[in-house]
Amino acid sequence: MTVREVALEAYREALPVLALSAVGGLFAGVVLGGMDAELQDVAGLLVLVPALLATRGNVYGSLGARLGSALHQGLINPRFSFDDDRINAAVAAALANGVLISGVAAVMAVALLALVGRPSAPLTTLVAIALIAGFVSGLLLTIAVVSVVFVGYRRGLNPDTLAGPVVTTTGDVVGIATLLGATRLVLALGGG
Amino acid sequence: MAEFASQWSVSGIVRTMFPILVVLTAIELGSGLVLDTFEGTLLQYPSLLVLVPVTIGMAGNLGSILAARFSTAFHLGLLSFAVTDDRLAGNAIATLALAVTLFPLVGAGAWLLQTVIGGAALPLRTVVLVALVSGSLLAVLAIVVTTVTTYAAYRFELDPDDVVIPVVTNVCDVLGVVVLFGTVRVLV
Repeated sequence: MTVREVALEAYREALPVLALSAVGGLFAGVVLGGMDAELQDVAGLLVLVPALLATRGNVYGSLGARLGSALHQGLINPRFSFDDDRINAAVAAALANGVLISGVAAVMAVALLALVGRPSAPLTTLVAIALIAGFVSGLLLTIAVVSVVFVGYRRGLNPDTLAGPVVTTTGDVVGIATLLGATRLVLALGGG
Repeated sequence: MAEFASQWSVSGIVRTMFPILVVLTAIELGSGLVLDTFEGTLLQYPSLLVLVPVTIGMAGNLGSILAARFSTAFHLGLLSFAVTDDRLAGNAIATLALAVTLFPLVGAGAWLLQTVIGGAALPLRTVVLVALVSGSLLAVLAIVVTTVTTYAAYRFELDPDDVVIPVVTNVCDVLGVVVLFGTVRVLV
C-alpha cells in the first residue's frame, strides 16, 4: 500500500467514529458550561473532571472489551440474566473499580490541591460527590455497554468495534451529567 | 481452567485493574490541576468550557485509534520504525487530516450551542481558531507520543495492545488540556 492509500483508508475508517464522539463531547461540554455556579461553589471540582471522565472510559471500555472477547469465545450468551456468574462478576468488578477509583481520585485531588496551596472544598464534600457520581454513572454506563454489546452481537455486528464508540460518546455525557447531579444533591444536603 | 476462572472473579479483575487505574488517575489529576489554574478564563468565556470535554475526548481518541492501528500493523509484522515507512507516514497524515477536518467543526459547534443556550462571549472566529490550532498541535503530539510508546513497547518486548492504548489515551487526554490552555493563553 502506498502512503496515500494507507492515509485514505485510515481517514475513512476513523471519521464516523470520531465525528460521533465529537457530538457526545460537545453535549458533555454544554452541561459543563452550565455548571459554572457549581464549579464556583465547590473549589477543586474542576480538578476532578478529566480524571472522572477518563475513569468512565477506562473502566466501562474494558467491560465492553471483556464481554466482546467472551462472546467471541462462546463463554457467555448475549442475553442478560442474573444467573450468569461470568457476566455478574464482570459487571460487579467494573462497578467496584468505577466507584472505588472515583473516591480515590477525590482524595488524591484534595491532597494535590493542599500540596500546591490552592483552595479546595472539604474532603468529605468532594468524596461524596465523586462516589455518588461514580455509582450512578456506573449503573447507566453498564446498562448502555451491556445492551449495545449484546444486541449488536445478536444482530451480527462485531462487539469489539461497538463498545469503544458507545463508551466514548455516552461516557462523557453521562460522566458530566451525573457529576452535576451529584454536586447539586450534596450541596442541597448541606455539604460544600 | 483455574487460571482462567480467576480472570472472571470480582477480586481478580479488581486486583489486576485497580493499580493501573490509580496511576492513570494520578496522570489525569495533573491535567485537572492545569484546568483549575485557568478556571477564571473558562468561567468568563463559557464557549471555552464547552470545548474542554470534546478536546480531551478527541485528543484521546486520535491517539487511541492511531495506537490500535500501529499495534495491529506491528502484530502483523507490517510496521518498521522508519520515517520512510508507508504505514507510519500514511497513518500520521490521516491523523493530522482528521484533526484539521473535525476540530474547526467542533469549535463552530461549541460556539453555536453556547449561543443558543446562553450567549457566547467570544466571536465565532476566535472559538474556531482556538479549536483548529489546538487540534492540529494535538494531532502532531498524538503522532509523536504513539510512535514513541509503540517503539518503547517493542524494545521492552511488551504487547502493544496491553500497554500502548491506555498510556497513549491518557497522555493525550492530559496534552489536550495543556494544549487548550496554551492556545487560549496566546489567542484569547
